[in-house]
Amino acid sequence: MANTCKCEGNCSSVVYQELDAFMADCPKGRDKLIPVLQKAQELFGYLPVEVQEYVAKALELPVSEVYGVVTFYHYFTMEPRGRHTINVCLGTACYVRGAKKIVDALSENLNIKMGGTTEDRRFSLTTQRCFGACGLAPVIMINDDVHGRVTPKKIAGILAQYE
Amino acid sequence: MAKPRAYVMVSVDADTVVIGAREVKTRLAAEIGTCGLGEEIRVLETGSFGPSDAGIVAAVMPEGLVYGNLTPERIPQLVEEHFVKGRPVSAWLLAGEHILPDPETTDSRGQQYFGRIVLDNCGRIDPDSIEEYIANDGYFALGKALTEMTPEAVVEEVKDSGLRGRGGAGFPTGLKWSFCASEKADMKYVICNADEGEPGTFKDRLIMEGDPHKVIEGMALCGYALGATQGYVYIRGEYKLSIERIRNAIEAARENGLLGKDIMGSGFDFDIAVKIGAGAYVCGEETALIESMEGKRGLPRVKPPFPAKAGFRGKPTNVNNVETLANIPFIIRNGAAQFHGIGDPGTPGTKVYTVLGHINRAGLIEVPTSVTLRDVLEDYAGGMRSGSFKMAQLGGTAGDLLDASMLDVPLNYDSLAKNGHSLGSGAILFMNETIKVCDFLHACMKFFAHESCGNCNPCRNGMAALLELTARLKKGEGYPGDIALMEELVMGMQSIAFCPLGQSPAAPVLSAVRYFRDELHAGINVDAVRPRPEHTMRHLMKLAS
Ligand SMILES: Cc1cc2nc3c(=O)[nH]c(=O)nc-3n(C[C@H](O)[C@H](O)[C@H](O)COP(=O)(O)O)c2cc1C
Ligand code: SF4
Ligand code: FES
Ligand code: FES
Repeated sequence: MANTCKCEGNCSSVVYQELDAFMADCPKGRDKLIPVLQKAQELFGYLPVEVQEYVAKALELPVSEVYGVVTFYHYFTMEPRGRHTINVCLGTACYVRGAKKIVDALSENLNIKMGGTTEDRRFSLTTQRCFGACGLAPVIMINDDVHGRVTPKKIAGILAQYE
Repeated sequence: MAKPRAYVMVSVDADTVVIGAREVKTRLAAEIGTCGLGEEIRVLETGSFGPSDAGIVAAVMPEGLVYGNLTPERIPQLVEEHFVKGRPVSAWLLAGEHILPDPETTDSRGQQYFGRIVLDNCGRIDPDSIEEYIANDGYFALGKALTEMTPEAVVEEVKDSGLRGRGGAGFPTGLKWSFCASEKADMKYVICNADEGEPGTFKDRLIMEGDPHKVIEGMALCGYALGATQGYVYIRGEYKLSIERIRNAIEAARENGLLGKDIMGSGFDFDIAVKIGAGAYVCGEETALIESMEGKRGLPRVKPPFPAKAGFRGKPTNVNNVETLANIPFIIRNGAAQFHGIGDPGTPGTKVYTVLGHINRAGLIEVPTSVTLRDVLEDYAGGMRSGSFKMAQLGGTAGDLLDASMLDVPLNYDSLAKNGHSLGSGAILFMNETIKVCDFLHACMKFFAHESCGNCNPCRNGMAALLELTARLKKGEGYPGDIALMEELVMGMQSIAFCPLGQSPAAPVLSAVRYFRDELHAGINVDAVRPRPEHTMRHLMKLAS
């Protein structure tokens, strides 16, 4: 089954093999669907329809159910993202400490709107609910790194850390 | 090795790890080694002490002095002064922190503060060391229950303690347990709800990072009381360090025979696994959480049947919040009576809060349920950092907005209910006059609109309408009658939305109207004319053509 992928060379069958290896221990059915999708997104960066179909087939689930789960949870995305995802917290604590200004500064700096991806695929910009790091508000998260007490002035310096 | 004369505890939690807490720890250990003090002074990693805006924090024991805003560069001077010359560096000390509570401390009304129950180990022990947990009475309660108490007696003890759920609803925990305990089934489950998604709330994260074994022990006690053999901790995916520490704790408990088969030779089997959430606020609701654990979309279920009857995989299931479970070892170890004697008799015990906003000391606190909002602001949060107190939101985005008239109401379910409010999940956001009520409401509505799962109409469309309404008020372009419309809308949603998420906007909206009606009114343009709704036949036909 490892070679049924129809995507246009954006991925490699090695990645599929790794996904296969992960799914080998999983029972059929929906029990492990979410962990499998979490793994798949980690491997592919996003969950295109092809990957969803692949997972559906392997776990013997209808594709519609896989799609339903993918679209329900915020963690999953069907669009390719930039190499680095910038999440801005728009929770109330961050809001009070000026998150809105950070959003404006970021969109200006990257020249993209919220939800967009830069042309060179370097950054995607999204918002998220509270990260639970409110003590450091306002907070942004780039990939897995939390940057606290961000000010518009600090933005350029932070972005420079990500190639 | 000689017995150390002092310990330096570096607080490593998800906030400090990103600003370099581990480097500070390594540097400290190296520097102390260079000065030849490695035998005498041990450097340890621990969870958060409480303050969350003082950078990297370290405590020196047994003195109990706490340093804040440490950097690797400051370490050589610190070691030289404090440990070699024995002179604390006063400039870097955090003054007046309530980190290691002194039982003698009293609040502004002269009442004595009780020590911590849930956070007693946080910032004192190494969360990755089961030995240190055990040395601080850890797993004593589990041993006591397994050898001296029947499962029924454990349920009774929790009932007598008066403990109420700390996940937001305040349901009596003992009563909840008794429902599940009385079910007959071949399999029962215990779930720890660590999805913590309420903006402004991160107490559960700090509990798991600071003292993971307490949660594990609470779950094992719950399992024993209910006759369940499998537990799950459902943690939100963003909580990387919590996941790591809970997993380590489970592993260590297994190695020590405190989880697994035949625990302490009692014949009781219990094990715990971790489930990682994929991000959806509504999954914090217990039936949605169960759906999500089964690999489905996290849509809330119709109740009844309640999880106690048919929960995870259709089996009797008990869901409790992290903090609720972390109270259990204390209750079993010290008895229901001692617990009941703390705080307000209607909601005995303590409550953990994250305090945030325009205040001097943001962070984690644990206070008896008899303290007031004013006590929290003045005694714990160090007063307002700038401006003066305008309002506070109690319990995250779904919480009530309170103004100064509520400062002296004790923070517990009963006292707040008498005033028409609820306690919520454990966040307190203090705001000064720079925050406009309309702006704030709009920010709350954005969150709800984003999190509405879209399953039912009143919530899906209601949130969109509220978003628009608050946006208008924020811009000063509200139509006359908008405030009444907003009230009607949230009350309607409260009565017909399918799950509690759709009922949530009622709290912030209605309380804002109650206390800040005039300010909301200022958002209305009295000359504006509400446009006629466009759902007319002509409009539809135009769309169709
Ligand atoms: C929309 C929504 C979100 C919730 N989020 C959480 C949460 O993040 N953590 C939590 O413990 N309870 C949450 N709850 C409450 C749970 O449904 C449940 O009442 C709680 O886990 C029970 O635990 P307790 O009895 O120990 O409080 C939420 C409820 C709703 C309606
Ligand atoms: S009230 Fe909202 S969150 Fe709850 S089921 Fe309906 S749409 Fe979903
Ligand atoms: S198309 Fe060849 S591996 Fe995806
Ligand atoms: S509100 Fe932004 S991290 Fe909590």
